Formats: sequence, C-alpha cells, structure tokens
Amino acid sequence: MNSLEAEAIEIIREAVAAARNPAMLYSIGKDSSVLLHLARKAFFPAPPPFPLLHVDTGWKFKAMYAHRDRMVAESGMKLISHINADGVAAGVGPFTHGSNYHTDVMKTQALKQALDARGYDVVFGGARRDEERSRAKERVFSFRAANHRWDPKAQRPELWNLYNTHVRPGETIRVFPISNWTELDIWQYIHVENIPIVPLYLSAERPVVQRGGQLLMVDDERFPIAAGEKVELRRVRFRTLGCWPLTAAVESDAASIEDVIAETFGARSSERQGRLIDNDQPGSMEKKKQEGYF
Amino acid sequence: MRRLEAHEIGAFLAAQRDKQTLRFITCGSVDDGKSTLIGRLLYESKSIFDDQLASLETESRRFGTQGANLDLALLVDGLQAEREQGITIDVAYRFFASEKRRFIVADTPGHEQYTRNMATGASTADLAILLVDARKGVLVQTRRHSRIVALMGIRHIVLAVNKMDLVDYDRATFARIVDDYRAFADGLGFATIEAIPVSGLSGANVMTKSVDTPWHAGPSLMDYLDTVDVGGARVLGPLRMPVQFVNRPNLDFRGYCGRIAEGEARVGAAVRVVPTGATSRIASILRGFEEVDVAHAGESVTVTLADEIDISRGDVLAAGEAPLESADQFEGRLLWLNEHAMTPGRQYLFKLATREATATITEIKYREDVDTGAHLSAKTLAMNEIARVTLSTSAPVAFESYAASRTLGAFILIDKLTFETVGAGVIEFALRRARNIHWQALEIGAASRSAQKQQKPRCIWFTGLSGSGKSTIANMLDKRLNADGRHTYLLDGDNVRHGLNRDLGFTEADRVENIRRVAEVAKLMVDAGLIVIVSFISPFRSERRMARELFAAGAFTEVFVDTPIEECERRDVKGLYALARQGKLKNFTGVDSPYEAPERPEAHVRTQETTTDAAIEQILAALT
Repeated sequence: MNSLEAEAIEIIREAVAAARNPAMLYSIGKDSSVLLHLARKAFFPAPPPFPLLHVDTGWKFKAMYAHRDRMVAESGMKLISHINADGVAAGVGPFTHGSNYHTDVMKTQALKQALDARGYDVVFGGARRDEERSRAKERVFSFRAANHRWDPKAQRPELWNLYNTHVRPGETIRVFPISNWTELDIWQYIHVENIPIVPLYLSAERPVVQRGGQLLMVDDERFPIAAGEKVELRRVRFRTLGCWPLTAAVESDAASIEDVIAETFGARSSERQGRLIDNDQPGSMEKKKQEGYF
Repeated sequence: MRRLEAHEIGAFLAAQRDKQTLRFITCGSVDDGKSTLIGRLLYESKSIFDDQLASLETESRRFGTQGANLDLALLVDGLQAEREQGITIDVAYRFFASEKRRFIVADTPGHEQYTRNMATGASTADLAILLVDARKGVLVQTRRHSRIVALMGIRHIVLAVNKMDLVDYDRATFARIVDDYRAFADGLGFATIEAIPVSGLSGANVMTKSVDTPWHAGPSLMDYLDTVDVGGARVLGPLRMPVQFVNRPNLDFRGYCGRIAEGEARVGAAVRVVPTGATSRIASILRGFEEVDVAHAGESVTVTLADEIDISRGDVLAAGEAPLESADQFEGRLLWLNEHAMTPGRQYLFKLATREATATITEIKYREDVDTGAHLSAKTLAMNEIARVTLSTSAPVAFESYAASRTLGAFILIDKLTFETVGAGVIEFALRRARNIHWQALEIGAASRSAQKQQKPRCIWFTGLSGSGKSTIANMLDKRLNADGRHTYLLDGDNVRHGLNRDLGFTEADRVENIRRVAEVAKLMVDAGLIVIVSFISPFRSERRMARELFAAGAFTEVFVDTPIEECERRDVKGLYALARQGKLKNFTGVDSPYEAPERPEAHVRTQETTTDAAIEQILAALT
C-alpha cells in the first residue's frame, strides 16, 4: 500500500515538473477521489498546481454534482466543467440516442473539445491496469497524437521509473498514476485514509427499474418508464459511477466502507460489468480508447 | 469464495496491509506458452471474475486454440490484434494475490522485434520466470532474454520447463534442459536459478505439486513465488534523494520533493547537494500531510532545509558524511531499443533519475553476442543489441553504479528530434579521463583576437544536396567577404575528405564523424577570430544541431541551398547521380541515403527562384 502511494506521488510530481499546462481529469468516482487525494498529498502544504477538469454530460447522478462541489471547495483547486454544447443543443441523451452515440458525443468528443480549447499538454486520469484488458497494456505516460488517438503499437518503452515526458508539437500526454492499483487497493486506501466518496457507493434504498437484467436507478424525471416496467425501492449500491442511465446498480446491504471491502473481496463479477458501454461490441474499450476516450 | 463476516474485516485489512509485493516477469521464446501459464495463475488464484469468465468462454469458442476447452491465454492477450493473431505484442501488467503475497506480473513478448518491451517489463521486476518449451529446449531467444534480464539487474530466475504434458513428464528431458541452461547462465550473475517442470495447459506443478512428476523434489511454481526471498542481505546505504520538484507556494516555504532512492532521511541530519556541493541540515520532513522525524527508501517526501541554498530539479540530496560521486564520462552497458541504429558521436537526450542532460556515446567497446556472449566489434548498434560503451554527458551527473542503486545507476536515451526512447543503459563506473585533462586557460581570449581583426568571428554553415550549388555560392560569398577586408576560411566537404577525413566513408556512422570533426575545426577557427564558411552536404538534422550547439548564440548561420533533387540530378556536374542510380555508389544522399531538410535555416536560398548575387545579399542580410 505504502509503495503504491509513493509511486503514484512520484508519477504526479514527475508529470507536473514536465508540464506546461497540466490538468486532472476528475470524474467524481472513487478512483478520481483517490487520485485527488494523492495529488493533494504530493504538493502539501500547497494545493495541487493544476485545475480539476470535469467533462459533464448532463446525465451524472445528482449526488455526484453535490460531491464534486464539496471537494472543489475543500481542496482549494479550480474546477473547469465542460459540456458539449452542440450535443446539448441536439438533445443528445442515452435514452434517445443509445449508449454508443451518447458516449461518443458527450464524453469522447466533449473531452477532445475541452482539451483543445484549453491547450492542456498533460492530463491526469484515474485508469487502472486491472480494470480492462487493453488498459493492462497501457503505459503510465501515454501519448496521444494531435487528434487524441492512442496507437497501442507505437508506445514508447517505459523503463524503471524513468518517464520520458518529451512531447512532439501537437501531442499530449495522459498520465495514469494509479496504473498499478487494484480495485481492492482503492477501497483499502479510501478506508485507511478516510477519503470522502459519493454516498452512492454505499447501500441505501433507492428507486430502481429492472431492465435487460440490470437495475437502473431513476435519478430524475427524464427516465422513460416503459409499459410493464415499474419503479421499486430496493437496497442497492454502485460499484462504479458514470451517467446514471448507463450505470447499473447492484443489490447490496454494504452500508459502510468495511462492508464494501468485505463484499469486494468476495466479489465474483468485475466492476466494469455495471458499465453498459463496455459490452456493446467485442474489444469495445480498446476501440473507444483509440478514438480518444480516456 | 465466501463473503467475509464483519468481525473478520479488521484482521483481513491488517493482513492485506502487511502483504509483501513481488514483481516478476515472464519471458521466453514465442509459443513457449507464457500467456497460458499466466492465465492459469490468474484462473487458479481466483482472480478472474464471473463476467470475465463468461466472455472468456465466448472468445475461446471464437479465437481459441483449445477446442472445446477454455483458452486461458485469451485472458492476458489484451489487444484485439493479439487475440486475432494469437501472439503477445506488448507487455501487459497483471495483478493477483495469494494468502501470503500480492503479485504484479509483466507478461512480455517473445517475438524478437518486441525485445524492447521485454526490457521494459524486466526493469521493474525482482524475479524472472523464463519459460522453455520442453520439446524445444534452450533457444536463442531464451539466451537473449536471459542476458537482458541480467542486464536489468534481476538476480532470481525460475526456469519453468513448460509443456511437460507433451513429453510425457519425462524426467530425463527436464534434466537435460536444466543442465543446458545452467551451463549457459553460469557467469551471468544470477543469485538463484530454480528449475520447475510445469504444464500451463494441464496445470501440473503450477499451484500444487503434480502426481505426474513424482521425481520432482522442489516446490510448485506458486509455492516458490510465495516464499522466495528476493531482498537478499541488502545493506542500508547512506541517504540519496533525487530532487523532483521544488515546492514554493509562498516566501515562507521552500520544500524539496522527491522519492528517497537509498538510505533514510532524518530531521537534523547533515546533507550535501550533489553536484553543487552546498551543505545544510534537514529541518523538517513531510510525508503526505504528516510531519515525520524519519523517512525511508521508497517513500515520497518533501524535505525542508535549515539554510537557504540553491537546489533545482535533477540535483541529489545526499548524506553529508557520504555524498555520492558526480561525473561526465561513464562506462556502462547499453541496450538499443530503436529501429534507427545508435551512432557514436550523435547527441541524445539523457535522463538519469530526475537529471536530464545531452549525451553522446563516445565509443562502443564491444557488442555482446546475445547467443554466445562473445565480444564483437561494432561501429553502430542496431535494435535489440547490447554493447559495452563509454558515454559523455554535457554536464556533471550525480550517480551510483547500477549494482549499488537501481535508481541512480539507470539511464535512458531519448532522440532529440522524435523524442522516442531509443536506448536504455546502466552505469558501471565513471571514467577519470576527462577529470585529468583540465581546460588550459589561455591568456589571449577570443575577444582580443576578434578585436584585433575588427570583425565578428562566426560560422556560416551551408547544407544542401550534392549538385545544389553550395560550393558555387560559398565561393562567391568567400570572395565578397575577402574583398570587404574580412579574414575568412572556406572548409569544403570534398577538400576535407582528401585530408583530415580521408579515413571516413559514407555510412551513417562515418557521416556523423565527418561532420563532428569539421564542426570542431570550424569552432577552433572561429575561436581564432576567423569567419568560417563550411560547405558540406551535412544531411542529418541532429549533426547540424550538434554543430550549432558548439557556437555561441548568433555565431552560427545555417544556409539551406535548396535545389530540388530532379534539378541536381539533371545538372549532375560530377556524374555522381548517374553512378548512384546504377548502384555503383552506395549511401548517396537523396538516392539511397536520406536528406533531412532544415526546418528553420537563417537563410533559405531557393536556387531556382534567385540569382547567385541575390543569394549572397540574402546571406549577408542574415548575418546581421
């Protein structure tokens, strides 16, 4: 645990030393919460010398927005919230346009817009290698061409803890300080360090609809309830957080971090299963990454 | 796997916290079954979730090579291209845990062209599992990987003789391979070699000892990984902390951030900054939000000092009583990672711990044959080759030998134009040569010679294809300056090749050396107060940049004589293009050797759009 923390802090400092204009992608989830905590430790007693960048889709859980604003106030960091205005104008949403199109317009395109508009050269992300197979092969310092594309076959060799931080004109770097953490490490660290997280990670009675074998929470009135579907209160929690219509809940009684760890340790399904976008097509995460998804 | 009960969680968390982490790599030749073996470890250690298992079943039917059975290799072959081709092309990191330890596995590629990815995996590992196919025995790639593993400082090897099921678990086959390998590995410096007969496919001796190999007295692979001691008797060295970042939020706080590489930092302890030599005492240590009295190797901290001294990123904080050395000439070993061969004399960016400098390889002492270990002579180093080299850096660098410190003894080389990581090396010792050749301080300086001649000495560097008109314009410029009463000298490529450089040919390595010598001669002449005109094809950007960096700002003027190759070939004053096209002249610039046009020359002469007189005026205008 200590060596993972020290390694992550080393990576964050190394990236900042090389960066002209860094930012931290902040998705409000548990991995982002850990990343923010590590960044604050890395530069204490100063606040981290970069802003938090939130790519908003307009479809995040209400509790996530509340948590975001609380953490911004607490950390003393600046928040840059970006939403794809074209997508909003076109009324793009997961119910009407499907998960693939919604994710592409409101996340992938929106992220590119935000990065281009602000000219960030180094962007921190909370991806971990244990999450998904294509992430297992990504470097800690991952380079993106001018169009934000990731070329898995042209990755620079990354030896020891000697990170090559030189970018060619137009290139940017995505930096993943918690690459070597597992889901269990994240929860343990949240527990030991007492890191605030969105309450949705803990079990409570919430209004849900059963659809396609998954439990979807009704976070606001935009949820189109189909004939034969009914909203019921169930004790659920979320193992991962994203857009609420695309993030399935799991039934659980784990109401504390300790309970979550007990449940995670005994878990028999991987955390990204609740993310509907991964299962659209085989190898779908790798394709999204090549197109510029984080 | 059962749910934990509430009262067990405290004990569980404590056990997790105290678990040691073992980082290892798996390597070996292609098709030795690496991915299957790791897939087996993940599968058997219950690190695979239900939904991953479900998609494994789907993909096993689609891409699998095991008929109706699960193809465990698909668990680790992450990229789609690999799943489709059935090979591993990049290093993948995997995580699993036993009751005793947690493991980070780098699954590394077996194909020769991906050896650099293997070195990446090896650089952070403490142990290597080297796979050998029981039917094939020790192969070239097995030996190559062993040498890279040894170069990267891994001292513990598991020789996993795999696919034992295909040789009927034959004891003699296993013994023969082990003997072969031990004979080869003797002298590579491994502390331990543990040989285990396994089958990734059947699972024999992977988790538990197999009934199929009653003759095998040693442990199963998993039992061994759980208990092997890779730490050795490591002595606690004195403090070394490379400074990563100076944290200065306000005038009252100046903290030096870094990860302690060796030893410990203690409040009150004397420290010396290397290479500047400044000294002070540690005033406070921050580990995260917490102020501590002592911090240890491996921890990331922020240190404040009692005195205000000048420290920057790249300096090393060292124990006051035992500072480390710094030097600018080294001997070490280098693994080349790039398609573009390494050429001695060429400049690269150099990074060691947090220090960056430029460096050149001054000499390839010998290349090491990866198969036999024989010492071979070499002028350049191609991808995947290992050599013993000497190198020289542009500034003094604080260092340790790699054997003493993995952090302060390892370096990477970065191409100055593409910024690719092109080489990885380890330092063995510093050379004293440069230290003994001190600069002779000369009484008459460049300034007085310049004043005497009443001119600003400078170097005017012409570059362009053969036949572009360089020599014609350079001659005219020389005459014009001479007529104006200037003291000039013209260094022409062809003429210099008749004398000073007549030992050099036209290979890339020789071209680099050709330019290096001419640039140094031009520098001496500029120092002597002359205006030096250099007219050389000088096709490579990196050498022209190297030449430029020898001179003070403003004292180097690059003139690009830009004539399209079709026109040069049409003129073909010396008949060389014709010879090159017939294949009678090798390495001819523009034909079978590249010309890298300047990106921002001070004067860009487009010969087809201008006259020689106008070109001279253009160059003179660029001089002011």
